Amino acid sequence: MHINEILFWFLTALALFSAMMVVFSKNPVHSVLWLIMVFMAITGHYIIMNAQFLAIVNMIVYAGAIMVLFLFVIMFMNLNAESEPQKSKWMKFAAVLSGGSLMLILIAALKDNEGFISSMRGEGSIGLIKNLGKVLFTDYVVPFEISSILFLSAMVGAVVLAKKDSSTIVS
Amino acid sequence: MPVIPINYYIFLSLALFTIGIVGVLTRRNAIIVFMCIELMLNAVNVLLVAFSKMHHVAAFATDRATTVGTEAQLFVFFIMVVAAAEVTVGLAIIVMLYRNIHSVDINFLNRLKH
Repeated sequence: MHINEILFWFLTALALFSAMMVVFSKNPVHSVLWLIMVFMAITGHYIIMNAQFLAIVNMIVYAGAIMVLFLFVIMFMNLNAESEPQKSKWMKFAAVLSGGSLMLILIAALKDNEGFISSMRGEGSIGLIKNLGKVLFTDYVVPFEISSILFLSAMVGAVVLAKKDSSTIVS
Repeated sequence: MPVIPINYYIFLSLALFTIGIVGVLTRRNAIIVFMCIELMLNAVNVLLVAFSKMHHVAAFATDRATTVGTEAQLFVFFIMVVAAAEVTVGLAIIVMLYRNIHSVDINFLNRLKH
């Protein structure tokens, strides 16, 4: 068994177990920490697939920025396992059943594939910052600028929504 | 040369996506529901990168200087950008909701319309 396959199975098991723990932990803070583990495992998958830039961005943006934002909000609201609302057993059973049947149908529809992923010598330059940056700033420069406007509007929107004493929002 | 079939990545991505769906359906905490949506976005990202790598491997066998697969990775990058913007606005909405009704239970979200 090659090192790539061992890493693949290890990261897959880690990602799936952590994702289950995200859903099933009672404490929201534990859910956030398990979600960080999922993102670490996905970063490892990106590195295996020679997507180095995406691995770094996933680490910084998701595990670094977004999860810290989630942690801040959860600690700000002082949620814990005792105040956690629970759905009834039958609702949970129905949810797992519908999710499982969706997965079964999708696997049955998508299981006949011939493609494969391998690591060859001298390969792996498309995931580097040099190549991606060149394409991003020549062919995709308009979407890049539009995304900056999106960020600006998201920032303004977040400030407007979370402002404390606004007479227009409070009903 | 180690070869990993693309099927494995499809199944991994489907499993992550399904766990996200089950989380959205079973949990009542709005923040956990939001985190499960992030999980589904990441499942899609893994699948996009895997397909990009698959096409790159197929094209690399004939042309050593090919750049096939770059667009998919840029697409994943833009998905991450949009997800970051979405998280800021979504968390701001949850904070505003918590301030108004003192709960993040999604069963009480229908009070938002009053």
